[in-house]
Amino acid sequence: MLNVTNLTVRFGDYTVVDNVSFTVSPGEWLMIVGPNGAGKSSIISAISQAVPYTGTVAFNGRDIRSLKSKDVAKCFGVLTQKHAVGYSFTVEEVVRLGRYSFSGGFFSRNEEVSEAIIEKALRMTGLEALRNQSVLTLSGGELQRAFLAQVLAQDPPLLILDEPTNHLDLVYQRQIFELISQWVQETERAVVSVVHDLSLARKYGTTALLMHKGKLVGHGPVNDVIDSEHIDPVYSMDVRQWMVDLLSQWQKEGGGT
Amino acid sequence: MKKRAERFRLIEYAVFAAVTVVTAIVCVCLGSVSVPISETVSAIFGAVTGAFTGSAPPETMHASVILAVRLPRVLAVALTGASLSLCGAAVQGLLRNPLADASNLGVSSGAAVGAALSIAFGFSIPGFFQAGTMVSAMVFAFISLVLILTLSYRLDYSLSTNTIILIGLIFTMFASSITSLIVTFAGDKVNSIIFWMMGSLSGAKYRDVVVLAGSLVLFGAVIFYYARELNAFAIGEENARNVGVNVGRVKYAVLIAVSALVGVCVSIGGSIGFVGLVIPHMTRMIVGPNHRRLLPAVTFSGAVFLMLADLAARTVLSPRELPIGVVTSFVGAFAFVLIFYQTRKGR
Repeated sequence: MLNVTNLTVRFGDYTVVDNVSFTVSPGEWLMIVGPNGAGKSSIISAISQAVPYTGTVAFNGRDIRSLKSKDVAKCFGVLTQKHAVGYSFTVEEVVRLGRYSFSGGFFSRNEEVSEAIIEKALRMTGLEALRNQSVLTLSGGELQRAFLAQVLAQDPPLLILDEPTNHLDLVYQRQIFELISQWVQETERAVVSVVHDLSLARKYGTTALLMHKGKLVGHGPVNDVIDSEHIDPVYSMDVRQWMVDLLSQWQKEGGGT
Repeated sequence: MKKRAERFRLIEYAVFAAVTVVTAIVCVCLGSVSVPISETVSAIFGAVTGAFTGSAPPETMHASVILAVRLPRVLAVALTGASLSLCGAAVQGLLRNPLADASNLGVSSGAAVGAALSIAFGFSIPGFFQAGTMVSAMVFAFISLVLILTLSYRLDYSLSTNTIILIGLIFTMFASSITSLIVTFAGDKVNSIIFWMMGSLSGAKYRDVVVLAGSLVLFGAVIFYYARELNAFAIGEENARNVGVNVGRVKYAVLIAVSALVGVCVSIGGSIGFVGLVIPHMTRMIVGPNHRRLLPAVTFSGAVFLMLADLAARTVLSPRELPIGVVTSFVGAFAFVLIFYQTRKGR
């Protein structure tokens, strides 16, 4: 589905992603993990054509750079971590933009199919009741759900998520990951996401890509990559012990088993 | 909250158009010599039907005042207001900034340099009255835009809106200093330039109306065509790219259409500030931020606002007439502070 070959991203003389190659297949949820400054978000930016890069990003065998912007949007949808909407658009107006790549010019009409997909996206994200509310009045979690609904309305085979729950509380984190987990179950779909929380990566991911200082240091099944052997040198700490210590706090208080 | 329609409905077009026509008729009636509405309507109707049937238009004194002086002026004012307001809405959507306008993007100042150069040194195109000023203003508006975008691109590959606004502001200051320099060397043309810089459509003729209408139809169509893309930009440039908008192409197309429209308006009416800033913001409060609704609405409301400003300019201190730019800037300055205050308070 997605084939990234020899991807290199440079900002001036500084190489933030150095010769990274990987593939993503249908049914896969690839978690890109690594410490701050590892180059995780730059990989996402390069795939979504937001920064210049060398190497190749191909979708179903076609170089993304040879595709029109609307066709790229039909290949994958991108959900970022922050949104700064300038004006008081309603939730529905934001979600409706997800169908942009399937529309024509000023006088075109949305087809029935689009309407059905928009309704489904609003329903899946629990935003039906808020559809006519201004996005400026939403909480962080509701706003992120609105943009998730926009990406779902885009109906792409591949979802690309850049730390989608970074600023959200546990309830919304769980809600959004569960939603995406349901979404990826459908045939010929896949997800690539950057996450900081290694527990979330292990729970929801099928494969993982471990980055360190712009280089790929591990790629494979999620439990093989996110293990002490690979992640301890990258994070310069005993990650597993830290997680166990955190969990033991709950066990001492009787909050866990 | 009530659901907003996705596009401007027929009834809304009818209401906005009716308000615009009524305002235009009132503005044609009022002035140093007031003409009854019935006489105004019959003079205009007579002239329009006469144009089709070949019969001569009415020749009363009132009819002459209306047809030769007031009607072309009011039409030119309405078209200028519509154009500047449409440009303001487009730029505000594109740059996701309610305080953006063609005037603070640097395009108006660039056009002003071109027009001032033409007036000061008498550039002209044989056989086309005032065409030298118009072409010069348009050319300089384009050059300004190219300079602003080139500099922005060199500083920032993604042509982010913040970079464009920053470069635009710096360019505005630079262009203003050039205009001042031209005024210094303008000799006996100083008064003409200064009066033109304050903005005035008092001497507008039907040929100006034709040029303004033509440019509004041509370049306005480009802006209208990209209404959906402007929605995406107004939500966020990164989001626009992610939903499939060709952000580079849309940015260039809209900015070129805006600079051309502003160039035409500046060359005919001078620098008329704040219309493009205030009207889109106020109209957005009524019809919402969706550009498929906002763009038609600002076209009408910009026309109405500038017609009323022009009416005030020629009647408030009658028989003395104020430059229209003075009235719009006076109202606009207060509105600008109010918008800025509300924007900051909303954070």
